[in-house]
Amino acid sequence: MDVIGLTAALAGTTTFILLLVGTPLAWWLATRNSNASALVESLVALPLVLPPTVLGFYLLLALAPDSPLGQLWQQLTGTRLAFSFSALVIGSVVYSLPFVVQPLQSAFQNLPAGMLQAAATLGANPLDQFRNVVFPMTRRSFVTAASLGFAHTVGEFGVVLMIGGNIPGETQVLSIALFDKVETLQFDEAHRLAIGLVAFSLALLFLIYRKNGPAAWRVRT
Amino acid sequence: MSLELDVRCAGQHGFYLDVACRIPGQGVTALYGASGSGKSTLLDCIAGLREPDQNSRIHFRGEDWFSGGKGLPAWQRRIGYVFQDARLFSHLTVAGNLDFARRRAKGSQPLGQSRLVEILGLGDLLQQKPETLSAGQKQRVAIGRALCSGPQLLLLDEPLANLDHRASAECLSLLQELAQQLDLPMLYVSHDIEEVSQLADHLLLLENGKLQNQGSLLALSSRLDTNLAHEEQAAAILLGTISAQDDAFALTEVSVEGQTLQVNRLPLVIGAKRRLRIPARDVSICLEQPRQTSILNILPVTIVEIEACHGARLLLRLALGEQFLLARITRKSAERLSLAVGDNVFAQIKSVALLSEAGDTQ
Repeated sequence: MDVIGLTAALAGTTTFILLLVGTPLAWWLATRNSNASALVESLVALPLVLPPTVLGFYLLLALAPDSPLGQLWQQLTGTRLAFSFSALVIGSVVYSLPFVVQPLQSAFQNLPAGMLQAAATLGANPLDQFRNVVFPMTRRSFVTAASLGFAHTVGEFGVVLMIGGNIPGETQVLSIALFDKVETLQFDEAHRLAIGLVAFSLALLFLIYRKNGPAAWRVRT
Repeated sequence: MSLELDVRCAGQHGFYLDVACRIPGQGVTALYGASGSGKSTLLDCIAGLREPDQNSRIHFRGEDWFSGGKGLPAWQRRIGYVFQDARLFSHLTVAGNLDFARRRAKGSQPLGQSRLVEILGLGDLLQQKPETLSAGQKQRVAIGRALCSGPQLLLLDEPLANLDHRASAECLSLLQELAQQLDLPMLYVSHDIEEVSQLADHLLLLENGKLQNQGSLLALSSRLDTNLAHEEQAAAILLGTISAQDDAFALTEVSVEGQTLQVNRLPLVIGAKRRLRIPARDVSICLEQPRQTSILNILPVTIVEIEACHGARLLLRLALGEQFLLARITRKSAERLSLAVGDNVFAQIKSVALLSEAGDTQ
């Protein structure tokens, strides 16, 4: 798999998992106000403030072949977890979590008061309320959350370097490949990758901003 | 077949709701009280939007809605709820809001869809989004949406509170029409006695979370021992029949207990029954029938009860046949006329409002 395809696969898989995990998490955070939820909220926001290397270091320990998670993975799949594509996905999910959870949480908190009560009195069960009231009313924030999650995963470097290494076709994503080209003084190649990343990120952010207005960037640290 | 309540629920700042009663399974029942008396809390407990204390019980037509500490979720109760702030779904059109309710209907819709749209005047609004509607239009859509869900009990929480005078009068007459046409019990929360007098058949008077009194509107409005009688707006509600139209003077005659009252002419058929609202402050007492007065409506009545009001005033309860009037006069006048229970006197009535249609008269 080439570098771009691998990067897209990583970002796509990560974004998909983040939407599955992040939506209920954001809902829980938006509707609770306790010490427990404040702690969880802080944990979710940690990747925003920690150097990626700190995160990468602990992930490396957690995913190592002799760690409980590494051993379990070995038993279940027969393959090694560290320095694999799966390890990259796990690392990216943790690293990009706040970029998906925070826009969703903020959108859920800003839902007009009483909409769910109104839906309930009309006979909508909780799942129905979420699918047919909450989701349509916060659709734009889902687009924002997915775009930010995707873009941020494409742009990550430190965590990938720590837990993925630089294995072409397995863990060598764009940012790593760029680093590699610079290290080996292939500046033309480096230029192509760098300008590509800049163009892609700019285009994606432009789309988000144009659709939603500046208020969409609601990532809070 | 009715709604049985035994509800306790703690609120903020030491407020505690404790109400046990049975609400008739038909007609409009008003939950009336000052703000903070617990009316909305009670309504939310009935709707399932708020959890009452464990030992509460809510029972509606053979179904336990709350019992043994467990409640049926709001979405499984066969209710419609009209909120003060409409709460329309902003991502749907008016038609979409109605469809949302219809697709989840808990029973058959009481009126046909097209009839409902017609009564509520929603025909031209169906393709519009809620944000383009006026407050009155939004509330009409909200009423329509609640009815589309085929409820067996309609709950309304001060639905007219956010409307201007005109929209509020319009909405009120719509609610009256619906109340007459539908066989649907309604629970109407309000702190506006005029709305309540127009709409309600039964009344629950709440005060500080407790049920103060309960009964028919006509009976309660003429008693002296309720909070109603002591309000500034206190008024008796009487039932009358349109008896004649006086074209020369543009007046309508209403017969009440064999006596005739004259009000500004209204386009009503002779024989139609109407509620009359006579404010206590607009009734004065004469010992003899006054002959030279501009006041048209003077009725022979009997004083049946006298109660001290705050300050200089007294409240009188006056029997007119089987019905009652209230009069609020000063203690000084009462003493000057030496009024006593059992006296036959004349009530001079300065204003009569014919309810159920817009129109006041002097």
